[in-house]
Amino acid sequence: MTEITASSPATFVRPAQTRRDIGIKKRYRAEKRFRVYGVAAILTGLFFLFVLLWTVVSNGYTAFLQTTISLPIEFSEKVIDPKNERADNPAKLMTANYPLLVRDALVKALNIDPANRALVKQATDMVSASARTQLRDIVVANPSVIGTTQTVSLLAEGNIDSANKGQIDLTVAEANRKVKDKQIEWMKMLSESGSLTKSFNTGLFTYGASSRPEAAGIGVAALGSLYMMLIVLVLALPIGVCASIYLEEFAPKNRLTDLIEVNINNLAAVPSIVYGLLGLAVFINFAGMPRSAALVGGLVLTLMTLPTIIIATRAALKAVPPSIRSAALGLGASKMQTIFHHVLPLAMPGVLTGTIIGLAHALGETAPLLLIGMVAFVVDYPGSPMEPSTALPVQIYMWANEAERAFVERTSGAIIILLVFLVIMNLGAILLRRRFERRW
Amino acid sequence: MSTSLILLIVLIIGVTAYFVARSRAVASANGKLSTLHSLPGYHGTYAAIWALLPAFAVLCVWLVASPVMIEKTIREALPESVTSQGEAPVQLAVGQVMSVAGGLRLLSGDELAALTNGSANLRETLAAKGVPMASEGEPYLLGTAQEYNDLKDGSQLAMTAAVIVIALAGAVFALRGISAPFRARNRVERVMLGALLLASFIAILTTVGIIGSMLSEAIRFFQSVSPSTFFFGTVWDPRFAAAGSGGAEGQFGLLPLLAGTLYIAFVAMLFAVPVGLFAAIYMAEYARPAVRSIAKPLLEILAGIPTIVYGFFALITVGPFLRDFSAELNGLVTGNYVNFIQAQSVLTAGIVMGIMLIPFVSSLSDDIITQVPRSLRDGSLGLGATRSETIKKVVLPAALPGIVGALLLTASRAVGETMIVVLAAGVAARMQLNPFEAMTTVTVKIVNQLTGDLEFNSPQTLVAFALGITLFAITLCLNIYALYIVRKYREQYE
Repeated sequence: MTEITASSPATFVRPAQTRRDIGIKKRYRAEKRFRVYGVAAILTGLFFLFVLLWTVVSNGYTAFLQTTISLPIEFSEKVIDPKNERADNPAKLMTANYPLLVRDALVKALNIDPANRALVKQATDMVSASARTQLRDIVVANPSVIGTTQTVSLLAEGNIDSANKGQIDLTVAEANRKVKDKQIEWMKMLSESGSLTKSFNTGLFTYGASSRPEAAGIGVAALGSLYMMLIVLVLALPIGVCASIYLEEFAPKNRLTDLIEVNINNLAAVPSIVYGLLGLAVFINFAGMPRSAALVGGLVLTLMTLPTIIIATRAALKAVPPSIRSAALGLGASKMQTIFHHVLPLAMPGVLTGTIIGLAHALGETAPLLLIGMVAFVVDYPGSPMEPSTALPVQIYMWANEAERAFVERTSGAIIILLVFLVIMNLGAILLRRRFERRW
Repeated sequence: MSTSLILLIVLIIGVTAYFVARSRAVASANGKLSTLHSLPGYHGTYAAIWALLPAFAVLCVWLVASPVMIEKTIREALPESVTSQGEAPVQLAVGQVMSVAGGLRLLSGDELAALTNGSANLRETLAAKGVPMASEGEPYLLGTAQEYNDLKDGSQLAMTAAVIVIALAGAVFALRGISAPFRARNRVERVMLGALLLASFIAILTTVGIIGSMLSEAIRFFQSVSPSTFFFGTVWDPRFAAAGSGGAEGQFGLLPLLAGTLYIAFVAMLFAVPVGLFAAIYMAEYARPAVRSIAKPLLEILAGIPTIVYGFFALITVGPFLRDFSAELNGLVTGNYVNFIQAQSVLTAGIVMGIMLIPFVSSLSDDIITQVPRSLRDGSLGLGATRSETIKKVVLPAALPGIVGALLLTASRAVGETMIVVLAAGVAARMQLNPFEAMTTVTVKIVNQLTGDLEFNSPQTLVAFALGITLFAITLCLNIYALYIVRKYREQYE
């Protein structure tokens, strides 16, 4: 080469404008376009994340407030116990005409003519029908209130609650909306007198299922979810850790081990609804366990989370360097001692991270629970995992199917609570990893 | 003695055995602990295992077997007039015997005596204790119920004795074997290894359970509906399976459901694959570490959101938006403000499912793209290719098998997804090509057929298992093939 260049240098000098066009500009433009596609793709994903979260939060934050109407209720003996039988027949107090108390109090507070049936009906519609049980509980707990007048703060009916939060379009003709003009007038009146107020909605966290949005809460469902999470933790963590230790440390490399491995990887990708079918066929039909019980739900979710935990645990065990094992074995520890005294404790942060992530998945899972009958209308707290219960995501599903505006708000509120739980669990996992992760 | 009390006693025996064995081992070392083969704790554990394990095994077997045996004896004790009538009345009679037997437990000695000599009425006595009876009991009922109670008491007593004796015997046997050279650790470790092996078999058991249970129920379904009409039927109309209606014949055609499932999954993939793939390429090849460390976890949040939330999002936001948007569009073009996209449609479900799948595609592909060796990129860049050309001509072809595997895994997830389609796709089983109309999927129908009051023997509910096994088979094939490809790909570059 050097010879040629040296002999005829002139022939290799080419004027710039005659350079062969190799499309540099076009190629750079293509390069730029390609980059833009990438950025656009990431932005699309983030955009949808934002819209999703915004939908939930904007619909749901109002669920944490609840409108209440405090009324001076006159616990008149004439209404509750006209024949004075409560001494020998306490059941009388359970069946007394409590709605009448509310009606009388409203008539008085709003200055309505008691004879005007239509108006009185509109007025009583403003208070939740759950007022009946609320007053009943007060009287049953303390019968001495009979004959006195107490100020009781009653839940406002769902539509009144929505109207008070400004969610109902008042420009619509009166006939087409759920809240009537007269009721709006009363609401203004009550709110000026300070008896209609918005306060923090503790009921959302403590109530159970209800067909009335204002009396519906996630308390019962959350307890069901808690039972299931405990069952998953107690069963899936030890079984998962044992299985991974065997597969990672002891299993001989043979066909059977291969089969178990393929199997676990496959189980991690089986649709969750299939686990629901398994639970229905095996636990309920074959083993005769009760339907709708948190126990069955917990078992199904355990089987579902096991593969996740096993995969995470195996990765954590694999990350412990062989030198640790060699050192322990060299000092005379048996293989079992090496693993349980040295390898497993070092792998524990990874194991727990995997477990928490598995639990978070299980907490949000809905489909298998629908099949084992956890779509139940459960009003009371389940006393044990054998009793009918429901779960947080299932409660969300049931509310999502309700048409009323107030339920949309409750659904979003429940989703916010669920997401907060998931964020806490995932943050815990991240912190655990940050705090204890070792780089070897 | 109640079962929990037995458990407690056995546990106490076990714990005692542990401490006795420990101190025995220490004593047998004559003050020089180094002469022991195993640490004292292992001797203790060895004795505890001998005390607990056989006793628990016997207890479990007894608890399962004894009700079966007792029921069998009761069946044989039933008079000829009942047994000759076939299975259903016998079962009824056995149930009655059990409830009467439960009632008899509540009675006092005097009342029982009055019953046996015939001076009191069985039904009235039991009703007073809160045990209702549907009819005046047959005369044999009282005797059989007493026999049942006797059998049960006997079985419980025998179980208590057997379990405690076995626990004690195990403990004594283990304690007698303890000496300084005894290899307790090796034995304990063998039991532990057995436990580990057992745990890893649960994964296999789960698969066997899934296939076995679904297959057996599906076979029951195929006894009333032929497989060819199920797999090739084009009409889905199962009718209603109210308990006791029995006769209602339905049509169980799988094809409309399968078409809906695949169509919705296809739309979802159409949306998720370009977005996810480009996001993965950008993050793996272009993004600065700072950008990557923010964008990647943010996108992965999408994967952590429960699917029910996506379903709600589709129901409340995406569906109504598409409906109103289509009405506006139609109005602008033709002047007729009628929506042509239904709120529940293939498109709604597909888009929302696509959003859910973006992080799956992006993180799986990201892993695979970063596994392509640096040298391939350097070679291409060194020859003067731009970065995008390197990606398109070198990196992607090298990563293609892995990416195909990742996409298959994603597709399997799309096919098995339930909550989004339950809320967003609709329930109408139709075969059509318009993505703006509602279609339904296999998973939606499984949920529909199995929620509500059920009668487990009707084809209307059993069909859910046939659908389930179809779904399982489809996803199993996709998963195994995808996992095979991904594994092979990984080996190639390791």
